[in-house]
Amino acid sequence: MTEQPGWLPQAHVPVLRLDDVLLVAIQGDLRDENAERLQYDVLQHIADSPATGVVIDISSVEVVDSFLGRVLAEIAAGAELLAARTVVAGMRPTVAITLVELGLTLTGLRTALDVQSALRMLREHPAPAAREHGERGAYDYDRS
Amino acid sequence: MTTTGPDTHRGSPTCLPIRSDMDLMWIRQEVRRLATEVQFSLVQQTKLVTAASELARNTLVHGGGGHMEATVLHDGVHTAVRLVFADCGPGIADVDQAMSDGYTSGGGLGLGLGGARRLVHEFRLESQPGRGTTITVLMWHGGVPPTRQAL
Amino acid sequence: MRVSEQQIGDEWSSAGQVGQALRHRREQIAQRWADTPLFRTVFTVSRDEAVEACKAVLDALAEVAEAGRVEDVDAPGFFVVREQLARMSASRARTGLSPAQIAGEVAALRSSAVEHLTAEFEQEPAAVVHGALLALTMLMGTLRLVVMETALSDGAELINRQRQQLLEVATPVIKLWDGVVAVPLIGTLDSARSQVVMESLLEAIVAQQAQYAILDITGVPTVDSLVAQHLMKTVAAARLMGAECVVSGVRPAIAQTIVQLGLDLGGVVTRATLADALAFALRGLGVGFGPTSHQGVVAR
Repeated sequence: MTEQPGWLPQAHVPVLRLDDVLLVAIQGDLRDENAERLQYDVLQHIADSPATGVVIDISSVEVVDSFLGRVLAEIAAGAELLAARTVVAGMRPTVAITLVELGLTLTGLRTALDVQSALRMLREHPAPAAREHGERGAYDYDRS
Repeated sequence: MTTTGPDTHRGSPTCLPIRSDMDLMWIRQEVRRLATEVQFSLVQQTKLVTAASELARNTLVHGGGGHMEATVLHDGVHTAVRLVFADCGPGIADVDQAMSDGYTSGGGLGLGLGGARRLVHEFRLESQPGRGTTITVLMWHGGVPPTRQAL
Repeated sequence: MRVSEQQIGDEWSSAGQVGQALRHRREQIAQRWADTPLFRTVFTVSRDEAVEACKAVLDALAEVAEAGRVEDVDAPGFFVVREQLARMSASRARTGLSPAQIAGEVAALRSSAVEHLTAEFEQEPAAVVHGALLALTMLMGTLRLVVMETALSDGAELINRQRQQLLEVATPVIKLWDGVVAVPLIGTLDSARSQVVMESLLEAIVAQQAQYAILDITGVPTVDSLVAQHLMKTVAAARLMGAECVVSGVRPAIAQTIVQLGLDLGGVVTRATLADALAFALRGLGVGFGPTSHQGVVAR
């Protein structure tokens, strides 16, 4: 990771761990390179030590274009393969309107109003790996 | 589309290079600044910045880089922001195909061009194979004025 | 003021001379203009204010003339005063004047300008005076066009603004329960209206931390493919934000139309009445709720 000058809104997105949930807060504008790096980091974290959920807080993000939209969808799909659920939290109304107009409805993505609701959602509908029966799909909370 | 009406005043244009993903950030920042300056609503600002991001990435990925020129148009009553993305890349052979949703040649979701068109008020694409691509978009403050079309 | 003999008859230099003359006689002409109804009734705070406004217009005219663009309504010189002219014509229009009458008031400014210019060019040959007056006449005609144009587009702007206000008034977002908001839609849904509905509903979702948003279309007379598309966009945007959107008030006739048109409301939760939609939301929130006669089936 190269050092970024100070004017950059966010160079590197840290991944925090709260028990078995990974918390990622994207602040401000993100460079493509760092978005892809985040995708790698999250999956690496899950692989390193199992997590049942990932919460991506985008309440500070002012613009989500199709690139960042794809990255979010791919993080969710990748995490799913590693038996963790991803919830994207706090999308701004302006961003939601723009994405819909853009044609990017991200139907497979789980969403929540804020981090708190996201954590609650993960608690109430845990990932298959966290359930004792381990049967996929029994509680599948799919909004699409 | 009609040509620029003679009654439209242009502010001095800003020109930014598009050579790396870092430049995309500059472009988003600059377009946001312009959109705020001409007092676009938050939704309009977001749509314009997102469209700019899509188009700049198109210029970078498919055109091999280029530049964006941003101009505030003003005729005394109506205000618009015009963005021109130009590259000297391979050009687009089939414009209709490139504009359609789901069409992708760069590994994205294929929403770039068609999606960007839906976000702005006016959209024009000029391209010839081997001669590069120029995409011009325009967003009016508040919506398209009934009597104006000045791309 | 000096005029070189060689320039006589040259239209460009006539305009330039008019520009210089206007600057030279700026104070006098401004004093005369300040008493005309166009300025006097608009700038009412003080006479000085009116005089300043006159000077601004004179400076603009001088700049346009010096640039040799007396016939060009888009001459850059006008941009500085466009807003002021728009304000003036709007203010005159509010007193009931038609655009033609306002243009007439602008035309009336010419006579005092002509007087001062004639005085300014007293010592010059007739050809110079003639050329200058012609240029001034064209310049004043152009000013009249600029004012006409701002007056007309100002009217259009006003209509737009009122339409926007009406839209916002017509779409109240109501909080039905903790975490449940609703918009009762009444009347025809066009693109502009749908946009306002979408924005206000999504804003309310954030403000009220609402997990459920209800779009009630009981008062919408018909649902065509465009309306359906708008509804689906709103539902999709709410979902992206983490809220569930329910469309209620789907009357049998509308349900029939939707089926006949082959419209795909893909995955949108619909309910017959607002009450049913509220019941659906409350169940989703885990609020204790007695059995009702009309519980719908979740159509996911």
